[in-house]
Formats: sequence, C-alpha cells, structure tokens
Amino acid sequence: MADETIVDVLMRRGLTRRAFMQLCATVTAALALSPADAAEMTKRLEYTPRPTVVYLSYQECTGCLESLTRSFSPGLASLIFNDISLAFNDTLQAAAGKAAESAKDTAMKDAWGKYVLIVDGSVPLPQNGAYCTVAGRSAVSDLKHAASGAAAVVAVGTCAAFGGLPYASPNPTGAVPVSEIVRDRPIINVSGCPPIAEVITGVVIYYTTFGLPALDHLHRPTNFYGNSIHDRCYRRPFYDRGMFAKTFDDEGARQGWCLFELGCKGPITHNACPTMKWNGGTSFPIESGHPCLGCSEPDFWDKGGFYRPLSAPTGHWSRAGVIGGAAAAGAVAGLGVAAVARSYQNRARKGRPSDPDQKNPKP
Amino acid sequence: MNGASLLDFARGPAFEAAVAMLSFGIVWRLTGILALRRSVDHSRPRTGFGWMGGLRMIVSRSWPRREFRERVLHWDIISYLFHIGYAVAILGYVPHILLIRNLVGLQWPGLPGGVIAFAAGISAAALLALLGHRMTSPVLRQLSNFDDYFSWFVAFVPLVTGLMAYYNIGDSYQLVLGLHILSGDILFAWLPFGKIMHVILFAFSRGTTGTVYGRRGAAT
Repeated sequence: MADETIVDVLMRRGLTRRAFMQLCATVTAALALSPADAAEMTKRLEYTPRPTVVYLSYQECTGCLESLTRSFSPGLASLIFNDISLAFNDTLQAAAGKAAESAKDTAMKDAWGKYVLIVDGSVPLPQNGAYCTVAGRSAVSDLKHAASGAAAVVAVGTCAAFGGLPYASPNPTGAVPVSEIVRDRPIINVSGCPPIAEVITGVVIYYTTFGLPALDHLHRPTNFYGNSIHDRCYRRPFYDRGMFAKTFDDEGARQGWCLFELGCKGPITHNACPTMKWNGGTSFPIESGHPCLGCSEPDFWDKGGFYRPLSAPTGHWSRAGVIGGAAAAGAVAGLGVAAVARSYQNRARKGRPSDPDQKNPKP
Repeated sequence: MNGASLLDFARGPAFEAAVAMLSFGIVWRLTGILALRRSVDHSRPRTGFGWMGGLRMIVSRSWPRREFRERVLHWDIISYLFHIGYAVAILGYVPHILLIRNLVGLQWPGLPGGVIAFAAGISAAALLALLGHRMTSPVLRQLSNFDDYFSWFVAFVPLVTGLMAYYNIGDSYQLVLGLHILSGDILFAWLPFGKIMHVILFAFSRGTTGTVYGRRGAAT
C-alpha cells in the first residue's frame, strides 16, 4: 500500500472518473487556483503517492482542530480524513498511551523523510521544555525529532505560526513559534485563531499536489493571505466615505458601516475571511458585526487592545500625567531660560550710557 | 525591525515621547518668551486701545499688503493651499480624530477619505512648489538654513506616507502605516523646537507688534 496513489484510494471507494474530475475542480476552486490547474491536479493526483500526514499538538486550545473537523467543504475534508493518510493525531485517534505513541513512531518510521508534519500550538523552551510534555517527552525534543523526518512542516494556527496566546506578554512559559525550532525544513504558516478550515485543508492538498506554495514574508501562502481583510471587506466603501459605527448597537452598526472606530484591525490583517468566510461561507466576524481582531498576524494579543482604533496610541500611560508633567517641566525650563535672559538684559542695560527706564536720565 | 514592530513602536513609546516633547517644548518656548523683560515705551499712547491693533494685525498680516501683492500673491495662495490642505487632512480624517479623542477627549465629525486624499495631495504638491521656490529664489536661499529644510521635510513626510497608506502603496501596509505614524511623532516632537512653532507663535508675534503699532497710532 506504500505506493498507492490518491486516485487508487478514491477508485477503491467507488468514485467514478467524472466524480473525481468534479472533486478536482471543486478543490482547485476552493484553493483559489485557475481552472487550468484543475486539469493539472487531476494529472498529478493520478501519480502522486498517497501522502502521510502526522499532526502534533502542543501549547494550543484545540480550536484549530475544531475548525478543521468542521470543514464545510466535503471534498477537501474528505481528502484529508479519508484519502490522505492522517497517520497520527492524538485528539482524533482512538488509541491512547503507549499504543498511540507506538503508532506515531511506526507511521513516522515508515514514511521517514516524506511525511507532512502539521504542528498545532507553540512550544515552550525554558526548563528543558518542561512546561509542555507529551508521553514524558518535552514538546521541543518531540518536535525536533518529528521535524527531522518531515518533508515539510505546516504550522497550523497563530500559536504554531507566531507564538499566539502562549507567546503573549509576559509569555510565562517562554513559548516560541515552530519556526524558531525547525530551521532546516520548509515551513508553511497557516495562521489564524483558528485558521479557516478550508485554508488548512487547502494548504495540505496544495502541498501534496503541487509542492510548496508561494509564501509571503511571514511564510504564509499568498493565495490565502495575499490580501488584507480591509481590501476585501464589504464595509470598505463606508470607510472610504467616512461612515463609522460608534458603538455596537447604534444606527451605523445596524446599517453595516465600517467598524474601524470600534477597533477593527482589518487594515493590517492578511487573511481570506472576507472571501472564503466561515461556516460554509455563511459570514465572517466583520459581517457578524464584530471588528477584526487581527488573529492571523503576529502578536495580535499585544496590539494595545482589541477595541482601540488602529490609529490611537497604544500603552496604558497616563495622558494627563505625561502632558501635564511635561508642561510643568517646560514651564520650569522656560522660567529658568527667561531668568538667564533677563540677567543678560540687565547687564546690557547697565553698560549703556543712559538708562531709558529712568524717568529723569542724567544729562 | 519589521512593519509590525515599527507600527507598535510608533503607536507606543515613540508617540508617548513625542507628546511629552511637544508639551514640554511649547510651554518652554512660550514661558521663555513671555517672561522676557520688555523695554518701557516712554511715549504717550495715541489711543487707549492699543491691544485692538494687536488683534487686528493677527488677521491683517494673513494677506499681503497692496504694495507687495503683485509680486507675492501667487506664492501666498500656494502657501494657503498647503496650510488648508494640511489642516483638512489632519483635522478631517477620522483616524486622526480618533487619535485626538484618545489623547484629549475632543472629537468632531470626519470627512470622506476621498476629500482627505485630495486635500493631502494638494498640500503635498504645494509644499513641493514652495520648496522649489525656496531653493531657486536668491533671496530666500540666502535666508534659509537647516531649520527651514528640516521643518519642510518633517512636514512633508507625513503627507506622503499618509497618502501611501491610504492608497495601499508599498509591499507592507503595516510598514507604511508605521512610517506614517512615526513621521507624525517626529513632527510632534520637532514642532516646538524649529520654525514650525510658528503655528503658535504667529499670533504672539503679530499681536505684540500690532499692539506696539496701535499704541503709537500706526496702521495695523
């Protein structure tokens, strides 16, 4: 079964050629690829060996996996769960304890150097990684070992991609993103808290079929993270016209005006939310009336407050204290400078032949 | 430093330091000037309302006198285009209003983005024309020093970066926005210490001169 292709698996399940072509067309559309890529995908899947995927979880909340399992694109989800060999996922699999670890080791050994490693969650470094251990082994050593046999690493979720919530100040566990540990393997960051299900599956399918996708400077696939939320937002015309909701329940909010004043981070956030949306294309946070939190960007927890407008200063410093204190210091400095200037004026006046201030100057 | 960390820096510690320098500098300059000793005018006042001349001059010096109008009127108009465009861009753009609201609690309705971009574009073009005039006019060139050119630069960069951010020009929006806010921070910090302080001092200098003129019965 080692050389079995994805098409072999699909045909064994009774999929017709026509249905297979439809599946490829659906998947390419979901991946935002061109129609020509559907034919290319069909060709490649016929020869591509069925890939092995190992899914490891560390400091995370399982939200990313929740998102993945709730995919509303049956074609993509089916490919991941039924047709690609998801060899290990400690949350989904029935096995536990030593049996689970043994299954993982076997799966990795059988596909050493060829499997796709999906990592979910950040990894703590201090105390030899003692803040996160799995089966008595630290997350950091587990990840290093798993990554050394992987063809590529997909960091799913903002925790794995950029550190996420565990990485937020003051980062008590010394958490780091996957990219700070794995440096000798291609890394694809699929950020988001959580990422859109179709984006997670789409990236895995894309890698399986076409190899490494085009990545941005944060190693995110550009076909999903190439545009900002702001640029694709249906509320953008209201931003341009200067029409903003002031509160969550005012007339502006009801009319669908821009949420910038309520702290929307759409202008600095790159993700596919406005185009792919959530829950089967039902809506996305902004469409539901909530500003974008910027969850697919690094350090989104530490950007000065979710509900503080992007143009407002960050930090919880005392406005009155800083302005008043600086003004008081300025007054003292000004008076000091004036005193020095006055002494110069006095000295200059004494040097004059007559003092114009005197009412009866001496002849 | 990447775009995200630059933006965080510009919105955080840099902005705080800039506001502190702005506040310190304005009070320092005003206190230092107002506390200076003034020479006593021994002449008999021609009117009891010399200060009226001061108020009048604050307004009358905003337009060239008839004798000079032919030579300088077009430059005055360009200068007004710059100043009005700048004021509209700063005070009319909603993200700027939100910053002011966050800082001092004041707010007012904003203008559409297109109006702001137009005003900023006019302002930037006028600034370029004024720089060209300064560099080509033999008299102005002689009168100009580092302060003039640096103040021009400090005023110009926020306009350009703001327009770049508005039209999403550049690879990284965060970087452009960070540069825009940082350039605004530098403008705040530099304002009291260079010639841009005229935004406050113009009223004091015109008012003082006008009051002296008014006391002596001269035209204001």
